[in-house]
Amino acid sequence: MNLLNFVEDQIGQEVSFPKFRSGDNITVNYKIIEGSKERIQAFKGDVIQIKGAGLGRTFTVRKMSNGIGVERIFPLNAPTIDSITINKHGKVRRARLFYQRERLGKKARIKERKFVKKS
Amino acid sequence: MNGLIGKKIGMTSVYNEAGKNVPCTVVELGPCVVTQVKTGETDSYDAIQLGYGEAKEKNTSQALLGHFKNANTTPKRKVIEFRDFSDLEKSLGDTITVDEVFKEGDVVSVVGKSKGKGFQGVVKRYNFRGVGDATHGQHNRLRAPGSIGAASYPAKVFKGMRMGGRMGGDRVKITNLKVVKIFPEKNLLLVSGAIPGPKGGFVIVEK
Repeated sequence: MNLLNFVEDQIGQEVSFPKFRSGDNITVNYKIIEGSKERIQAFKGDVIQIKGAGLGRTFTVRKMSNGIGVERIFPLNAPTIDSITINKHGKVRRARLFYQRERLGKKARIKERKFVKKS
Repeated sequence: MNGLIGKKIGMTSVYNEAGKNVPCTVVELGPCVVTQVKTGETDSYDAIQLGYGEAKEKNTSQALLGHFKNANTTPKRKVIEFRDFSDLEKSLGDTITVDEVFKEGDVVSVVGKSKGKGFQGVVKRYNFRGVGDATHGQHNRLRAPGSIGAASYPAKVFKGMRMGGRMGGDRVKITNLKVVKIFPEKNLLLVSGAIPGPKGGFVIVEK
């Protein structure tokens, strides 16, 4: 395992995103390459899952888009992610919020965690 | 074909220039010790024999102990012969490291022993499809192989008929893998894709 960590330290690039958890509302700004042009697109929603370890770590963001639930899985260490901002810290009791998929409208709200430790 | 003996460490992700995730395997390769040099005059072909991995002296036979003593080295777990090492001038007892044999961008093949799966049915072992339906009168035939031949002629089951049995634990070679990166200071090689065997299993990386 030590050798694997060594390799990941060597090949991985430094990521300096704010620490977020399941239930947080975040905006992911990710790069899209269209032909030769590169632009940044935002994806705003609730984090419903963070999984994996090392460079393969991914997180899932869920949002409602015109009444349809949309989920996107982002690799945390991918160079295509430009920045991440936390809009709201959520208060949840679970690490994986798949129950959100069955909830709509007011029921799908996540309570806000008001007192957040400064990191 | 030349190569080195090593150990599988585990898998990780590498992101390429396009931002795509490339699954890669980390292999600890070498340093291998030259335990024998075969030449055309003595053995009628050219090859060198490499040893890798420390073995206990009490678990090594007297014959092999003498063999390792000739090379002036400690007992090794794996001893494997490679040909085509002619461009590397090596003599008995020398060590060979990763960066002497491989460089980034090389296309290599990796040989290993696949994970044992135990006794498996034909669906897992040979990708048979099983019976497509769970209903329409099927009650316990879901993963059955179906017919294994005709009846009174040929009146036997042909040899080699694919059936259930022991799966895995075979020597498997995966070809056309790319060397992504080399870390000579830790004897590590990063190769694209998956390779056979468990973590810690012995592998041979060939060029």
